[in-house]
Amino acid sequence: MTSAAATSGAFTSSTTTSTVAEDDLIPLSALQHYLFCPRQCALIHVEQQWEENLYTAEGRILHRKTEVQDALSRGDDRIVHGMAIRSFALGVAGIADVVELRRAGGALQPFPVEYKRGRPKVHRADEVQLCAQALCLEEMFEVRIAEGALFYGKTRRRKTVPLDEDLRTLTRQVAAATRAMIASGRTPPPIYDKKRCDTCSMLGICRPQRLSRHSSVGAWLARHVDKA
Amino acid sequence: MRRLLNTLYVTTQGAWVSKDGANVVVSVDGSERGRVPVHTLGSIVCFGRVSMSAPLMGACAETGVCIAYLSESGRFLARVEGPVSGNVLLRREQYRRTDDSDATAAIVRSIVVGKTLNHRTVLRRVLRDHGESLDPSNCEAVVAAAERLKDIARRALRPQPADSLRGLEGEAGLVYFGVFNHLIRQDKDSFRFVRRSRRPPLDPVNAVLSFLYTLVVHDCRGALEGVGLDPAVGFLHRDRPGRPSLALDLMEEFRAPLADRLALSLINRRQLTAREFRSEQNGATLLTDDGRKAVLVAYQERKRDEITHPFLEEKMAMGLLFHVQALLLARHLRRDLDEYPPFLWR
Repeated sequence: MTSAAATSGAFTSSTTTSTVAEDDLIPLSALQHYLFCPRQCALIHVEQQWEENLYTAEGRILHRKTEVQDALSRGDDRIVHGMAIRSFALGVAGIADVVELRRAGGALQPFPVEYKRGRPKVHRADEVQLCAQALCLEEMFEVRIAEGALFYGKTRRRKTVPLDEDLRTLTRQVAAATRAMIASGRTPPPIYDKKRCDTCSMLGICRPQRLSRHSSVGAWLARHVDKA
Repeated sequence: MRRLLNTLYVTTQGAWVSKDGANVVVSVDGSERGRVPVHTLGSIVCFGRVSMSAPLMGACAETGVCIAYLSESGRFLARVEGPVSGNVLLRREQYRRTDDSDATAAIVRSIVVGKTLNHRTVLRRVLRDHGESLDPSNCEAVVAAAERLKDIARRALRPQPADSLRGLEGEAGLVYFGVFNHLIRQDKDSFRFVRRSRRPPLDPVNAVLSFLYTLVVHDCRGALEGVGLDPAVGFLHRDRPGRPSLALDLMEEFRAPLADRLALSLINRRQLTAREFRSEQNGATLLTDDGRKAVLVAYQERKRDEITHPFLEEKMAMGLLFHVQALLLARHLRRDLDEYPPFLWR
């Protein structure tokens, strides 16, 4: 309790200096979108567009499941679902699916668990999102977090992820790049990649195949007038 | 791709529209007349004396179903709006472009070329399907008008200020409506077209056209709001309080395929006859209840027709065109596309 009081005290005293930073926090989920595809990230977080498809609906339902069983206790550990977290250093804010609060000596040691619909992936987007959560929790609980876990719906397995320096550096870089892109307010041009794009719920809004041809619309229009 | 959602048109006077669980229920004098799941709807359009429950309006605002109130004759009265969708950056860009004369002219050019070519397609299709049965002098006039429309489209391609493009649009309208009467092949006594009259429509042809245009504007407006554009701030149509200028801009390409062609089919197939119209003492001509229903059903069917989108080169229902064109306009404003590609109907 004392540490919680101290945190809130520190928070109150720094309110005036942190207000702007709080406004500027970007959604935690944006980092993962950015790693998947910067344009998808811009469509969602700059243009505020969203299309649901089968995959996003499954993910949403999976997340809802993690939210219903609130604050389960297991022995001495508490399991908190849907914890609001943020980091001023990273400049992100969001919700952690599951944080296990483990007792280590007298202190609470948070352990983040992120739920994913699919299976482990080759790219590191899931790891980065988990690491960002851990960096938030480290800032809020003033602790060091050595590892977290990813839970995959398809394999129904938990995969422990060590939060090493490489992953932390990558996470900070991605956060900076994402923040810069969102601050610019510009959507990067599309690059069609069949494997990636065909699973993307934003495909209908993004139109990568047509829009990445870079043909001039004026020339297209003139051709149609000509052959009319 | 977005699904084509239905529009629920409530035309029965005195109807009560309410929410029952996830359904929209229409009842008249306490007895249920119809029921549809709300998630299958894109919008609800009420004509005349129709009432709606507040919980239903709330549910529609939340799920993005547009609600519009029109007078019994189809004049726009009001709409129920949820939170403003889309984002401020896009709207700001829209306003900046409307203040920039070159950027405005580029968009107006696309709209005018699209509209003019689509008008021409109406004429070409009549010549193709019924050329032989037309009176030779009328046929000649239609051929000449089609040629002039092509010429106007070609002239509209050249770089020029928006005002001269507006002039070309006016010219195209005169050429097209100048031969419109030749396209009517049935009951030429009841359906004689002389010129466009809107406020109010003075003859049956104008009454059908005006009614269809109202439906198209409503769909355009919903599509623009859906992609986050401000339907009130246009390029071809300049700002006027209360006028949905951008919706009117977007509508230009759809007049020919979705309204004019449909009006001609309804008349030429005798799905509309003189019985479906009534005249007021001031000369205003209105569709009767049955006439309106026939037009609404035909419009809904028309929106389900499949076409290949000329720019995106994919098959889609015509009803999705509003959304797709609004999206392409937004993509142009966001600089994904160097110009706005209008819908070209072939």
